Amino acid sequence: MEAGETDLSLCRVTRSDEEEGISLLFTTFAILTVVGAVAAMSLRQLVHSVLALIVSFAGLAAVYLLLGAQFVGLAQVLVYVGAIAILIVFAVLLTRGDGDTKRSIVVGSWRQSGAVAVVVFAVIAWAIYASAASQRAMPRQPEVSMRQIGDALMVRFVLPLEVIGLLLTVALLGAVTIAMQEKKERR
Amino acid sequence: MGDTVDQFFVTLQQWIASHTPVGLQPVISTVLAVIAILGVFALLFAMTTVLERKGLGRIQNRYGPNRVGPWGFLQPIADGIKSLTKEDLVPRGADKTVHLLAPILLVLAAFTLFAVLPLGRNMVLVNLDAGVLFFFAVSSVMEVAIFMAGWSSGNKYSMLGAMRAVAQMISYEVPLILASVTVIMAASSLSTVGIVERQAGYTGVLPHWFLFTPWGFAGFFLFMVSATAESNRSPFDLPEGESEIIAGYFTEYSGFKFALFFLGEYLGMFAISGLGITLFLGGWSAPFSFLTWIPSYFWFFAKLLVMIVMFIWIRGTLPRLRMDQLMNFAWKFMLPMALINLVNAGVWHFLPHGVLRWLLCGGLVAVSYVVLGRGLTQGWKLEKRIYRFAE
Amino acid sequence: MLGEGIAKGLVETARNFFGSYVNKDRLTTVQYPEQRLPQIEATRDFPFLVYDGDDWQAGMRCVACQICEKECPPKCIFIEKSKDKKADAVGKPQFYPAVFNIDVSVCMSCQICVEVCPFEAIKMDTEYELSTDDRFCGLLWEKERLSKPNEHYRRIHPTDAAVSDALLAEEKAKVEAKAKAANETKTNPTVSNTTPADSGVPSA
Repeated sequence: MEAGETDLSLCRVTRSDEEEGISLLFTTFAILTVVGAVAAMSLRQLVHSVLALIVSFAGLAAVYLLLGAQFVGLAQVLVYVGAIAILIVFAVLLTRGDGDTKRSIVVGSWRQSGAVAVVVFAVIAWAIYASAASQRAMPRQPEVSMRQIGDALMVRFVLPLEVIGLLLTVALLGAVTIAMQEKKERR
Repeated sequence: MGDTVDQFFVTLQQWIASHTPVGLQPVISTVLAVIAILGVFALLFAMTTVLERKGLGRIQNRYGPNRVGPWGFLQPIADGIKSLTKEDLVPRGADKTVHLLAPILLVLAAFTLFAVLPLGRNMVLVNLDAGVLFFFAVSSVMEVAIFMAGWSSGNKYSMLGAMRAVAQMISYEVPLILASVTVIMAASSLSTVGIVERQAGYTGVLPHWFLFTPWGFAGFFLFMVSATAESNRSPFDLPEGESEIIAGYFTEYSGFKFALFFLGEYLGMFAISGLGITLFLGGWSAPFSFLTWIPSYFWFFAKLLVMIVMFIWIRGTLPRLRMDQLMNFAWKFMLPMALINLVNAGVWHFLPHGVLRWLLCGGLVAVSYVVLGRGLTQGWKLEKRIYRFAE
Repeated sequence: MLGEGIAKGLVETARNFFGSYVNKDRLTTVQYPEQRLPQIEATRDFPFLVYDGDDWQAGMRCVACQICEKECPPKCIFIEKSKDKKADAVGKPQFYPAVFNIDVSVCMSCQICVEVCPFEAIKMDTEYELSTDDRFCGLLWEKERLSKPNEHYRRIHPTDAAVSDALLAEEKAKVEAKAKAANETKTNPTVSNTTPADSGVPSA
């Protein structure tokens, strides 16, 4: 019950050393995201992997919120955690995902594939650091209000919005049709 | 004078925070507000359990609990002691970590929901620009918690109950969000504080609440029905119906974890009622212009109590809906109604003030209600229903 | 389908709710143990032995015939006959029970012992608040615990007590008539003593 303060005031506490304050929170959430992603790949039980994936999504949403992108961050939670994760869970549960739990989680040739992955990572990292984009100064964080997002969606990007909506409707209808046909065939 | 009483808690918070070092002040005032919210809503939860049991009892021609304390109002203390001292059984086939985390996540999400509700004038914890979106995002985390609870019990029936609960919550989220979208359209803001401020005016004596518009009325009805389904309350409590599936997704929980589930569920109910009050009932504004001297937080909690009484009343009256009836209701009645309501809200906004827009929008609501209501049961024959064996 | 049913239901429950404060019919709970429902006359719980007069040992009607012990379905009655005799309810000298135990945890209140007793000696009591923390000895009732006066019987089952008293009075009258006739024949041997062969088995 306090006067209407903007959020994220906690992370702007050290005004003089803005980057220091944000970077601590950012590090925490980044670690959380990466740990969640690694756990999602390496846990034995599929449902555990999904839960780790949810942690990863939540970490990503926190990063968005740190950047001041309220809409994207909250939409990330709403859509990814609330809908997509549940969808994945249902898919896992309905298709008997848990099979062989005695096999090792890494393939036999993990040394070779690990080496290839490290090389690719090194190349990409060098390419990014050597490019012009990393030399630019960090732009000032834009303050995007909900109104601007709404305006953009309804004025400038209305056609892509409608097309995506149409696409989703078609997908929904297709799913319903397929499911209905299966029932008819079973009769 | 009225202003002092109204802003009493705000000034109290600022006074306490002013005694702490300057660097920590935002943190301390936020912590104070959080402690206040935790305390108030936990107390409200305790009171609601007794109210519900006594109310349901009276509806069912019996006393409720009346042994502990005056008229049984200290019953929650006895319940609390019971749930704290009961043995915490975890089935052998259960997944211990997830089993422990599920009720914690539920209560966490439920308490977080209160962060964007304006409990009084200048009394919101966080004034997010996208407050309503935050609310829905966090309530979708509650679904994950319920799924975790059902899956980790290692019990087929808990799993089934959890899947049914999640399906129900997802289905009813659609009309819930659509009903809120009408309010967002009318208030042109996603911020809860902004929405309340839009409803704070009075024409003469009557308030500007969104409830008193045709689309607001329909929207409120849609919102509250969906809220009942979201909180797994009767008549939508199939996932946790005691006679159906023992206790659904929290069958294997005992002791404190069970109490946490109860707490999370009731808190979810309070939070979503709070959002309904914020969106449709004007939040903390008084119902008549001559009553504005009564403090704003009193009005919010009075409206919340009325909603709780409505929930208890409906629980005592209606039988439980079957799963397919529930789903049909959501997708074939609530969703078209919510979509028509969207159009209705838009029409209301663009027509000039006057009798015409009342007639048009009210007529649209009435016609769609009758058509969808009759159509749902009779395959679109639209006649009055005949009970073959009753007549 | 337009919600009238729901509205009617809500009105009904509201009426129940408010009515329960005003109308006693709508709140039928009996707040035990502060209030107790009155029992009907034919209530029965566990048996007790009837005695006439003030002395429970002298006035006991039971003659240890052991019929109830044999007829009891769960066999909860245990009787040991005495060695000497005493006068029973109608005045005849009879054996009496030295030990009469009923295991109340076994008794199923079937009332068969009452039905078969030829001497109106055992009847059903109406007491039900009998909880004890002594599971074995507390629920094995002995002769003294089981004996209750006839006034108690009249109080709890007035109609049955009236019938029982009438039967016993009739029995007693017959016995006394027989004794008087026997006395007369003793003093006057010429009068024939044709007493009807009634063993006085009353129908309970």
